[in-house]
Amino acid sequence: MTLNSPLLEIKDLHVSINDNKILKSLNLTIHKGEIHAIMGPNGSGKSTFSKVLAGHPAYSVLNGDILFKGSSILELEPEERSHLGIFLAFQYPIEIPGVSNEDFLRLAYNSKQKFYQKPEVDPIEFLTIINEKLQLVNMSPLFLSRNVNEGFSGGEKKRNEILQMILLDSELSILDETDSGLDIDALKIISNGINNFMNPNKSIILITHYQRLLDYINPTYVHVMQDGKIIKTGSAKLAQELENKGYEWLKT
Amino acid sequence: MVNQSNKVLNTNITKLVNKTYQYGFSTTIEKDIIEKGLNETTIHLISKKKKETKFLLDFRLKAYKRWKQMAEPSWAYLKFPQIDYQDIIYYSAPKSQKKLKNLSEVDPELLQTFEKLGISLTEQKRLANVAIDAVFDSVSIATTFQEELNKYGVIFSSISEAIEEYPELIEKYLGSVVPIGDNYFSALNSAVFTDGSFCYIPQDTICPLDLSTYFRINDPKSGQFERTLIISEKNSQVNYLEGCTAPQYDTNQLHAAVVELIALENASIKYSTVQNWYSGNEFGQGGVYNFVTKRGLCAGKNSKISWTQVETGSAITWKYPSCLLIGNDSKGEFYSVALTNNYQQADTGTKMIHIGKNTRSRIISKGISAGNSKNSYRGLVNITNKASGARNYSQCDSLLIGNRSNANTFPFISVQNSTTKIEHEASTSKIGEEQIFYFLQRGICLEKAVELMISGFCREIFTELPLEFAAEADKLLTLKLEGSVG
Repeated sequence: MTLNSPLLEIKDLHVSINDNKILKSLNLTIHKGEIHAIMGPNGSGKSTFSKVLAGHPAYSVLNGDILFKGSSILELEPEERSHLGIFLAFQYPIEIPGVSNEDFLRLAYNSKQKFYQKPEVDPIEFLTIINEKLQLVNMSPLFLSRNVNEGFSGGEKKRNEILQMILLDSELSILDETDSGLDIDALKIISNGINNFMNPNKSIILITHYQRLLDYINPTYVHVMQDGKIIKTGSAKLAQELENKGYEWLKT
Repeated sequence: MVNQSNKVLNTNITKLVNKTYQYGFSTTIEKDIIEKGLNETTIHLISKKKKETKFLLDFRLKAYKRWKQMAEPSWAYLKFPQIDYQDIIYYSAPKSQKKLKNLSEVDPELLQTFEKLGISLTEQKRLANVAIDAVFDSVSIATTFQEELNKYGVIFSSISEAIEEYPELIEKYLGSVVPIGDNYFSALNSAVFTDGSFCYIPQDTICPLDLSTYFRINDPKSGQFERTLIISEKNSQVNYLEGCTAPQYDTNQLHAAVVELIALENASIKYSTVQNWYSGNEFGQGGVYNFVTKRGLCAGKNSKISWTQVETGSAITWKYPSCLLIGNDSKGEFYSVALTNNYQQADTGTKMIHIGKNTRSRIISKGISAGNSKNSYRGLVNITNKASGARNYSQCDSLLIGNRSNANTFPFISVQNSTTKIEHEASTSKIGEEQIFYFLQRGICLEKAVELMISGFCREIFTELPLEFAAEADKLLTLKLEGSVG
């Protein structure tokens, strides 16, 4: 991979679920160091797009390709994509009863270590690692002993997603409506976490409905998705325009 | 959406854990059999073969008479074809000419069978502090560490041996907790039981080894009717473990056991089971019908009986390990994990009968149902009018895997004393495709994900199991769920 080759390249992607075509000729190229915001009305295919990138088994890719660091990932399992550096912050983080956050996080961390043939860390070493990351998202160590997302408030769940992103140090992070359901303080904490995490070797895709997240995180590009494809691309200004005018004026 | 991704996940998990029932082999061995069918002659024959006293023959005949008047219970949430009790072999034993003096005289084929099951009967290779009684079809093959235990006055033998050697204990206690006519299957067992284990812990003794019985059904046509009797005298303690497996056959085999526990003053019995009878194939063919009556009597003041069970096998499980809390301040516990997959059916739970004052009971039941299986918890907490200050806590959790499995809870609570305190909690949850995907997205493989969720769900029970059993149980559950997650 040369210096300027893209981190992610999506070419003419067509995706269906249960014979419903959701994505129709989606094209998108993302380079390292870029933040791409994807906006668009409900049902335009944004969440499908995020799940297809992560390899959700329910979706069928009918046509096109997804290249990550220059190679197609269509045949890769979700866990392999994760190891390669793709992270999805879920719109609705899943509750997992009976499994402590600490065990879950350590297992995720060690799975990646193992994949890269690095030594796995024991629970005590892991505590040192995770405690440092907890501070970045303003989370109390008490979170660790609670079950994954069980009984978490909306804000806590979203913070937990960002914590996992930081822990796994992903290169491409897709944040699916991470800002929805957050109060203004939580939004600031999360935006801070994301901004500190971002560096010239990483890329982020922000899926959002609202301009307010973009007040804190400055996107390189803003895309508007409609009916399964990107119909307009612009700078951060586009988001403001959308906030004022809605999506109607873009319809062709 | 569900179907398509189920398919993908199922293929994945099958690839991951492509292991079938590893105890499904059978052993070819010369057998001594009483022709199939049940009548008074069969009972006379069994009794004669075992050289029993008149007491036992009468016990059997009385039970047989009661059984003939009774009907198979139909209240359980189970569906199975009519069992033909005349098509079952009631006595099948490996042929041996003389009474065995020591292990070296045991048929090597049999020793090998148990070796293959991971049960070493040669005392040199002692399993970490466990004495074992190995039961093969109708008879006990060997009991290890008997001499060592004798030094402490602990009796651990097959029940046949005990009938010969300790008739007074047998006459005093056999049928004292589970009376002959208690239920259809206990009556059948009382009439035809062939072997099982006997444990006697004398006063003021903490049993130095864990005692364990391993049951193996080998013959495709034979039923296994074992009888276990454990007596814990004043101030004594014992840990007892039970394991079971059977070969893979297309036909169903019947297993109807009776287990009686007696705890006297200050005594404590902890009884753990990992039940892994063959459960039938993925189309529901074959498997063991498991109809078991287990009951403990907390006879003395401050006595304690604790049941822990991990039920993973059998086509049908009908089993309610119970406690009769008669002594004041006595305590009963029931910890259970029941896992059903494919077409397995389980109706299991407990009965806690509070009679003494300040008696306590605790019930924690975890049901996991996958595939097309049915899994029911059925329990009774009965506080009688004399049981002042009694307390009970019950918790029944169900975990569903997939969309075709079935979980039910039938808790009955009857309270006749106003000074008691009862608590009941229940929950139902589901391992869904989205949970699995969440794990996968974080780089955690399917196998690990399922293992983590199942052991999280069962943690309270596994901590009750002896250490080596707990690790085993954890693995067993993951293995049993092969192909069912999604």
